[in-house]
Amino acid sequence: MPELSLTEAIATHVRDGQTLALEGFTHLIPFAAGHEIVRQGRRDLHLVRMTPDLVYDQMIGAGCARALTFSWGGNPGVGSLHRLRDAVEHGWPTPLAIHEHAHAGMAAAYAAGASNLPFGVLRGSPGTDLPRVNDEIRTVTCPYTGETLTTVPALRPDVTILHGQRADRKGNVLMRGIVGIQKEAALAARVLLVTVEEIVDDLGATMNALVLPHWVVTAVSSVPGGAWPSYAQGHYPRDNAFYRAWDTVARDRESFTGWMGRHVLGTASHADFLRSLEAAGGEAPR
Amino acid sequence: MSETRSWTPDEMMTVAAARLLWDGCVCFVGIGLPSAAANLARHTHAPDIVLIYESGTIGSRPDVLPLSIGDGELAETATAIVSLPEVFAYWLQGGRVDVGFLGAAQIDRFGNLNSTVIGEYARPRTRLPGGGGAPEIATHARQTFVVLKHSPRSLVPKPDFVTSAGFFEGRGSRARAGAPGAGPRVVITDLGLLRPEAGSEELVLAARYENVDVDEIRRATGWPLRTADPVEVVAPPTGDELRILRDLHERTRRAHHRPSPLPV
Repeated sequence: MPELSLTEAIATHVRDGQTLALEGFTHLIPFAAGHEIVRQGRRDLHLVRMTPDLVYDQMIGAGCARALTFSWGGNPGVGSLHRLRDAVEHGWPTPLAIHEHAHAGMAAAYAAGASNLPFGVLRGSPGTDLPRVNDEIRTVTCPYTGETLTTVPALRPDVTILHGQRADRKGNVLMRGIVGIQKEAALAARVLLVTVEEIVDDLGATMNALVLPHWVVTAVSSVPGGAWPSYAQGHYPRDNAFYRAWDTVARDRESFTGWMGRHVLGTASHADFLRSLEAAGGEAPR
Repeated sequence: MSETRSWTPDEMMTVAAARLLWDGCVCFVGIGLPSAAANLARHTHAPDIVLIYESGTIGSRPDVLPLSIGDGELAETATAIVSLPEVFAYWLQGGRVDVGFLGAAQIDRFGNLNSTVIGEYARPRTRLPGGGGAPEIATHARQTFVVLKHSPRSLVPKPDFVTSAGFFEGRGSRARAGAPGAGPRVVITDLGLLRPEAGSEELVLAARYENVDVDEIRRATGWPLRTADPVEVVAPPTGDELRILRDLHERTRRAHHRPSPLPV
């Protein structure tokens, strides 16, 4: 497992046109990696993520994506993702094809991908209109009971990117707290990139902790604060004030473009990005 | 000192919703008003209510309301934290949830919910966040409680999209389709409570708040709303309920507006 700088990891492993999953359910969202993809100008990505959150709002608004597979596309507790809405409603900055699921379906699809199965199966939700607008949601007859069950095709991202609390020198990765869909997204992908808060000699993992062994990890990058403004349990809390402030930044194209230009495109690394926000103080909306 | 002889429609709605939850009940709870009501219940008459948030936190006992479904507070105070495939498959689909507590942008007279889109799906007037956990919560929870504000734009004859099913077209069509849970038990609005009528499964006005009249509720409903006989009157919030709810909101407001130091 090579330890790479985030810049190298993205440059080496993320290509235009790929299917890419940045996961982390509210917790441990790999924001730094998303920003680096924006900096390196990747295009035509098929982005996959259960909750697009601010990280995909930023990547979509920056023009990285041609398609989005998702199951809940809001700013949690605040409202809309305005850049996602603008792409869906007005095709700005580029049209965005959407493949929409419910959370349970997407969780099953990742689990199927990790299990090398062609599809995930669940009881589904009779009466929902989702299958009407997403023809990938289908049914199968149970060979044992004759019941009709819902199926979703396995998700197999070209690249999954996660953020964890720690890696050791060999590249074993530890995550704790809300673990969401991280393990499934990791094992469903062909390439797994991980950013971590710190690289240490000893992971200090308790029994049954979520550890991704080094031999499933393609590259690890040390990026302290790499999940901000989401959080890393034990390191820093979710910046709920920033999530609120984002509503204003992202609401119009000009303020969004200005913010991205100044803080993401105008900086060379995540440390730079954080310093840029810090320096902007009260002027930058945070 | 809080003024406890007057209250906002939101407070009345939260209190009315909280009272419907019982001690020991296993509640799969959404963010916003459902979470406020469930935590108010936990701080008043239902200290042993089990709150499950779809981020996989089971038995969370947050001191401040979470802004997101996965705030650290929910993890730190949980009995157990499980993965997403597990929370949806083993806990929800497994039939371990008593009450699924949902909001929505639109509801129809049979309790079918829209949280996906206003207008046409392919050319939306307003693109809403979407289903998330709601379609399965509506299907698998033993019963669902729904909260939304009362207006002809939210209580509509026909939702633009059915994200989460209620009683389909009523008259047993939900059960015939094989949905395991019993569907909406109550809809809590800022004017009163709607409940499904036995047989037709159509939502009818079951109760109103003290200072609201039935005609006003009819005018705020997008279909010809029928009423139970009699329409009950929900008791106003008690001083304790208001004090505890306001303290909770105040703690939450302070926590969510406090800028976190950047992790530099």
